[in-house]
Amino acid sequence: MKKDQKKEQTDNKGMRWFGCFILGLALVILPYILEKGLSPYYLFLATKVIIWILFATSFNLVLGYGGMMSLGHAAFFGIGAYTCALLLVKTSFPPVLAMLAGPVAAALAGMIAAFFSVRVQGAFYFATITIAFCQIAYTAAFKWRSFTFGDDGVQGIPVPAFISTEASYINLYFFALAVTVLCLYAVWRIVRSPYGLLLRALKEDPIRATFIGMKGQQYRFIAFVTSAFFAGVAGVLYAFLETSVAPDILSWTFSGEVVLMSVLGGMNLFLGPAVGAAIMVLLSTFVTSYMKYWLFTMGTILVLIVLFCPKGVAGLVVDKYTSWQRKD
Amino acid sequence: MIFSDAMLFAQFVSGLSRAMILFIMASGLTLVFGVMRVINFAHGSFYMMGAYLAFTATTLLAGSFGFWAAFLIVPSLTAVLGGVVEVFLLRRIYEKEHLLQMLLTFGLVFVFSDAVRMIWGVDLRMVSLPSYMAGSVIVLGHQFPAYHLFIIGLGGAIAVVMWLMLNRTNLGKLMRGAAEHREMVGLLGYPANRLFTIVFMMATFLGGLAGATIAPAVRISLGMDTEIIAECFTVAIIGGLGNVWGALLGALIAGMMYSFGILVLPQYAMAFIYILGGIVIVVRPNGLLGKSSPVKV
Repeated sequence: MKKDQKKEQTDNKGMRWFGCFILGLALVILPYILEKGLSPYYLFLATKVIIWILFATSFNLVLGYGGMMSLGHAAFFGIGAYTCALLLVKTSFPPVLAMLAGPVAAALAGMIAAFFSVRVQGAFYFATITIAFCQIAYTAAFKWRSFTFGDDGVQGIPVPAFISTEASYINLYFFALAVTVLCLYAVWRIVRSPYGLLLRALKEDPIRATFIGMKGQQYRFIAFVTSAFFAGVAGVLYAFLETSVAPDILSWTFSGEVVLMSVLGGMNLFLGPAVGAAIMVLLSTFVTSYMKYWLFTMGTILVLIVLFCPKGVAGLVVDKYTSWQRKD
Repeated sequence: MIFSDAMLFAQFVSGLSRAMILFIMASGLTLVFGVMRVINFAHGSFYMMGAYLAFTATTLLAGSFGFWAAFLIVPSLTAVLGGVVEVFLLRRIYEKEHLLQMLLTFGLVFVFSDAVRMIWGVDLRMVSLPSYMAGSVIVLGHQFPAYHLFIIGLGGAIAVVMWLMLNRTNLGKLMRGAAEHREMVGLLGYPANRLFTIVFMMATFLGGLAGATIAPAVRISLGMDTEIIAECFTVAIIGGLGNVWGALLGALIAGMMYSFGILVLPQYAMAFIYILGGIVIVVRPNGLLGKSSPVKV
């Protein structure tokens, strides 16, 4: 009996490695198929999906694991993108340093936002304070013309050639993929660490967790700043992909999209938001090419998900899979 | 910088009228939260809807009569819409997590904003005032747009009605009771569902009213929903969520900060209220008039 179990486990592990290998291979071949077989636009889209996966996963550290409904994450994404873009456009900063400055600036902004937001009680207060923060960042980007170019945005970001060339998105695809995989692994380690477990305990029952001596505010602070950092990384990648940034990406409704991704995919699963991000990006491209009412579609999906499938798409699949396995 | 008395007084009046719009909005938000514990993101959508409906109503019913008719019809329509939302959507998830209620109303923000775009298009719309309201009046030797004074009067009237309703009627007592202890409503033999529907309709009435009231004073545009909701939330938080007088206080502070802030730093006057919101949260996490909760988490 025990031996069987052990064998099954090693089988499982083998299967898992094999799965990872296949997935990796697919991800390496994919860009060539997309670019040569279909059109460079699909490669652009694939890169966009990867960037949003990183953004959604980093956001879910706050929502799914920390239980904090942040509507200000667009601010960190945007600050990351703006910092890198402005450094590249306005100064002769070395590109690598500009790239690193993005997430660092986002994390610093995250510290300021977290300082205020982690001490409030209740989801509503939290949401409002993060919206307020986002509005401040948006106002700054919009009105501080001399510094941010106002609503024109930062145009023509000089993207270093090793990251992306005008001829092809291939370099950017691999760069974004590598960065995202690295960041996802880091987030994975965080949520699997004892700290991650404490964070989840705090989400499940904040009062009890506090009574056993947990420092709720401190734990939430760390999660928030970490999440802001990775959102900033996603922002930098986004700036490279679009080669321009506009204040829109700092508006709090933009945060809404990432919230929807998490919920749509399933915020209680590590890869849920990634699934949500992929669905959302592809769906939005599809919908907007047929009609102009993307927000209507997105809102309806959110309402339906909340009413009928609060665990999200990935949650539903996992549930079905486990019940099917049990029957076996 | 030196400001003349007349200028300061003018800013005071315009700040007050802005405050009253915010108060009408925030009181609706705060009623819903106080009684139902639901955070209504879509409140701004009812406001935007109110403004656009006022445009349609005044176009269809021309003249002074149309303008006043709009004041009654428009909020009633948004209240009906609110009733539909409560009965068919919100009611299904009262038992579930708070987060889901937030997400549901958040989804509605997107749905409504595109619905408005489908119906009215992307063009800016304007509502014109009846001639006797469009001019200015002289108060204490200074000229003011008459409509600002009307808004201030309306806000004051809403505050009085709200006080009477909450303190002098059975419905108001029930609402206050529910805000203190929700199970009480059921124990008193009153169907909580009905109370919730009434409260939500009342709130969406206020949202629509605020929209119809602001309509002649601004350009009606898409995006006015998310703009006001962020400010309105901050106002509610500064005052203390769930507290109508807190909403009034918060609205007054926000209105004044904006209209005087614009004299000092015109570009960033919008952002002042959010900064204040942050400070209030740190000093008094439950708002200026809110009760503090005993457990710190």
